[in-house]
Amino acid sequence: MSRLSIKTKDRAQITVESLYSDLERRIVASPPGLCSVDLVCSFVKMCLAQSCGKCVPCRVGLNQLVRLFEDVLDGRATLETIDVIKLTAESIYQSADCAIGFEAAGTVLNCVEGCREDFEAHITRHRSVSNSSQPVPCVAGCPAGVDIPGYVALTGQKRYADAVRLIRKDNPLPVVCAFICEHPCENRCKRTMTDAPVNIRGIKRVAVDMAGDVPIPACAPATGKKIAVIGGGPGGLSAAYYLSLMGHRVTVFEQRKRLGGMLRYGIPNYRLPRKKLDADINAILSAGIEVKTQISVGTDISMKELKKEYDAIYISIGAHTDKKIGLEGEDAVGVIPAVEMLRAIGDEEMPDYTGKKVIVVGGGNVAMDVARSAVRLGAQKVSIVYRRRKADMTALEEEIAGAEEEGCEVVELKAPVRIEKDADGHVTALVVQPQMISSISHGRPTPRKAELPEERLECDLVLVAIGQGIVSTPFEDFGISIKRGAIDALSNSEIKNIPGIFAGGDCVTGPATVIRAIAAGKVAAANIDEYLGFHHEIINDVDIPMPKVGSTRPCGRVELAFRSAGERKGDFEPIELPMTCEEACQEAGRCLRCDHYGYGSFRGGRREKW
Amino acid sequence: MVNLWINDKKTAVPEGTTILEAAKSVGIRIPTLCFLKDINEIGACRVCVVEVEGVDRCVTACNSVVEEGMRVHTHSRRVRMVRKTNVKLILSQHNFQCATCIRSGNCSLQSLANELNITDMPYASIFEDMPTDKSFPIVKESSKCIKCMRCIQICDKVQGMNIWDLTDTGARTTVNVSRGEKLAESDCTLCGQCVVNCPVGALRERDDVGKVLDAVENPELTTIVQIAPAVRTGWGEELGLDRERATEKRLVGCLRKIGFDYIFDTNFSADLTIMEEGSEFLQRLPEIRDKKLPMFTSCCPGWVSFMKTEYPQYLSRLSSAKSPQQMFGAIAKTYYAELLGIEPEKLFVVSVMPCISKKREITLEGMDSAGTKQDVDAVLTTREAVRLLKAYYINPEAVDEDEFDKPLGVHSGAGVIFGATGGVMEAALRTAYNLVTGKNPDADAFKYVRGPEGIKEAVVDIAGTKVKVAVVSGLGNARKLMKKIDRHTVDYDFVEVMACPGGCINGGGQPIHDGGADVEARTAVLYGLDRANPIRFSHENPEIIECYKNFLDKPLSDKAHELLHVEYR
Repeated sequence: MSRLSIKTKDRAQITVESLYSDLERRIVASPPGLCSVDLVCSFVKMCLAQSCGKCVPCRVGLNQLVRLFEDVLDGRATLETIDVIKLTAESIYQSADCAIGFEAAGTVLNCVEGCREDFEAHITRHRSVSNSSQPVPCVAGCPAGVDIPGYVALTGQKRYADAVRLIRKDNPLPVVCAFICEHPCENRCKRTMTDAPVNIRGIKRVAVDMAGDVPIPACAPATGKKIAVIGGGPGGLSAAYYLSLMGHRVTVFEQRKRLGGMLRYGIPNYRLPRKKLDADINAILSAGIEVKTQISVGTDISMKELKKEYDAIYISIGAHTDKKIGLEGEDAVGVIPAVEMLRAIGDEEMPDYTGKKVIVVGGGNVAMDVARSAVRLGAQKVSIVYRRRKADMTALEEEIAGAEEEGCEVVELKAPVRIEKDADGHVTALVVQPQMISSISHGRPTPRKAELPEERLECDLVLVAIGQGIVSTPFEDFGISIKRGAIDALSNSEIKNIPGIFAGGDCVTGPATVIRAIAAGKVAAANIDEYLGFHHEIINDVDIPMPKVGSTRPCGRVELAFRSAGERKGDFEPIELPMTCEEACQEAGRCLRCDHYGYGSFRGGRREKW
Repeated sequence: MVNLWINDKKTAVPEGTTILEAAKSVGIRIPTLCFLKDINEIGACRVCVVEVEGVDRCVTACNSVVEEGMRVHTHSRRVRMVRKTNVKLILSQHNFQCATCIRSGNCSLQSLANELNITDMPYASIFEDMPTDKSFPIVKESSKCIKCMRCIQICDKVQGMNIWDLTDTGARTTVNVSRGEKLAESDCTLCGQCVVNCPVGALRERDDVGKVLDAVENPELTTIVQIAPAVRTGWGEELGLDRERATEKRLVGCLRKIGFDYIFDTNFSADLTIMEEGSEFLQRLPEIRDKKLPMFTSCCPGWVSFMKTEYPQYLSRLSSAKSPQQMFGAIAKTYYAELLGIEPEKLFVVSVMPCISKKREITLEGMDSAGTKQDVDAVLTTREAVRLLKAYYINPEAVDEDEFDKPLGVHSGAGVIFGATGGVMEAALRTAYNLVTGKNPDADAFKYVRGPEGIKEAVVDIAGTKVKVAVVSGLGNARKLMKKIDRHTVDYDFVEVMACPGGCINGGGQPIHDGGADVEARTAVLYGLDRANPIRFSHENPEIIECYKNFLDKPLSDKAHELLHVEYR
């Protein structure tokens, strides 16, 4: 008899492993608008299947919870049932022997609190508050509600110009988004249930690359109304575009030399080529928008004057001021805010970092942008110093990887303490305190001081990328309320109690994504039009292909490639390589057409106008 | 053209054709259940599945378009297995007590189960058991609902009322009243389009047959029945009677056998409505021009209900003239009661209507002119009337035609066309022309307001006065028009609205045909009767002339106002 044997998986075990992976992908691809009670009930059932059955709270308690949830779902419960659920879950949480029990109960407690409204709706009105008003996951995930299945299908049929026209119904910056959108549309793509999400942004890139110049639709007859848009970033340009299409006369006031906002003054050319940005801007301006650059509202012209001259105002000034790090020595020569560096690059005034040792402070996308730009500006060494772990950085994973490939060093778990400078006031080093990762608060692990001595990181430049704020004074003076450093606007973009003034984008939400700014501009355009007494509609005039009857068998996702790190780090030229038309056709064919199949065929599959 | 093979039959169809249509074009029937052309093409029931060579899973024929070279099999082994299983699954959610179901014999699910030779059920019945409110004119039995979504789609896409909605998810997904309301408390206009499009017996009208029989068999009561114009266009359909034999006179003969004391025609009171409404229009015309707001017809209770909930600010724009049903009730319990020398309390007035909303109209405020609580005591839909005949084992084939009773059975051709969209407008214009000029126009002079289009408009010349009219059917279209009127982008003098698409002939109380009734044929019946009638003008109906002479005095007289008009609030 052997004393030990080597563990091998039998067929059932292998099958169950694949079930886990199916389950994981399925949860990622959860459609919007589900009933929270039904979900938590199913969750507890699954937890129960994990229970070994040794202990009472888990074996019996979870089973009783399932029964109680079913009572709620089937209309047999009273409001007291919620109390019984809470009491039971609390007891399981307190007394379960292992995480299978106490974590299940913890989740239940959380859900009963957070989704109480849904529980009550089931009990008192015998129905869920769940709402599937937009069941197409990609469209639901896109803040601007772009018709993604539509343009994916069009691209698959090589109707590139139509794809661009369709995107422009909801987003006038298709080229920009083809390069840098964070693609929240892909997060819950139903294709994930089969294999992996459709590479939506990659498909869009092919559409815009291949489409050439696509003329915009004709503007509606002139209304005689005048609108001022403050700030020529993505949000302001989007609002200006749609308002012009509606027949209003729009003037954009831009503080800097050129339009584009953070797209020009925040994102380097290697990620978003200027030529591509200009293509979108030129198309938008072809709607007949007047532009006044190098005009700063509050300095060159007052809000009062604008209000007098224009029928409505849209404030979309973004978030362009740097946040101070608050360290001793911050005033040293060579301590540069990230926004300042990127702004100069935006105006094509390239600084020279040849031979310099650069430290970047921060862990967001802006930190990666300045780090990777510093490499391209000739820096000898670039270190990204972050007080949490690399895994906790808010920058996109591919941005961090890209920076590392280009030679940037990520120095994690080091909190800046002070900046040292020489007699001339030039920075010489950043002193940091090593940290250790510790308890999780609000879902994020927090660092705490490790019992290790301070470290001195020698450097010539410190680039600070720890967040941005807005210039609020001219607006605050005008009577617009400012909340936590941002403009306090309603969800319909209106400013409370000041009719005719609207605001949106980063200056309302704090630094966010380009697509959210575009969405805000779209919302503002619709509501400004209504405010002015009109009901113009932006419509889709593109005929969308019916889906082909085809296979739904698994197929790998086409990923976009990059120029090799060694080659790309020497210039500011675009780094991302597009997929081929052949790849785009296959990728478009992976789309499950949720606009046509499933709930989409019944409701919300397509919004032809807004 | 796209070339394809269906069951090895080669065919070519235009691009964009669905597999379902392509199969139909070569005489191959693919069964459907939830499908409703242009309205519900959502592939929910999965009954229309077919096999396409080279595709790993079945596809739905109703919403998949043909592709070049496609080879389709509509009844392969795999298809039959899947289709049969799906119908069994639907049956497991359906309380199939066919013997007690009003749709037995006209139920799409029942036929499908028979066609597919389903003889046993491997599944336990798991159906919803929500309480059923049997007092409201539309009754929903959730245990019969198969969630085909047709009711939701008709109400949303055609009627624009969004009364029905899909609630909850997963196994508990169900059709319920939107916004958590109860049907009786909702804005439901009772148009009944959901009922006539329900493939099973989940939606039906409240059954008032028993109430009517009680009255017929009560020796204390004299029963009077009125038959609405549209009823004669469809009553024979459910009895398998061809249109030539399904005349209104044969229906009179049938109802006579039930034992109604007097059988009259709502067409008479339609003529009366024209006298009042036409006169009212001419009287209001200066005010209409001044305010640039039209007068609307008010004979459709679905439309009046719509106005009450959706555009209450325009209620005063409705004609104050009551609907023909209500004018009939008021005249029957006053004028006719006097003629008979019977106390109005001893009269029981029944209507046979193509409509469910009429069941509510009789209970509304102002619909009691004779002081008997209700001028009309009960309403039967066309379907209920047919069920009544069946319950009496009346074989209409063997029943002779019979005449309507006098005087409330005499009518003009103008009265009969009330049942179709444009009919009220045309009838009113015929008489208005006479009221203005003292002469009759050609009876067909205004026929351009006929036709099935949902929104029609015309400018009518009445002796030099240009009258701008619009004719609308379907509440979705009504909302479109009201939006324009509200925004002052259109300007009409007189607007006719009927809640059901095509008018009363396609009403919610008419015989049900899966996929829609033959609206064209039903319309043709009415215009045929109009043409054949020697009297084409309401004002020439001798019994109307008599009624004014002996009782009402003249249109819009005090008496007419007291009995025939109502203030809509």
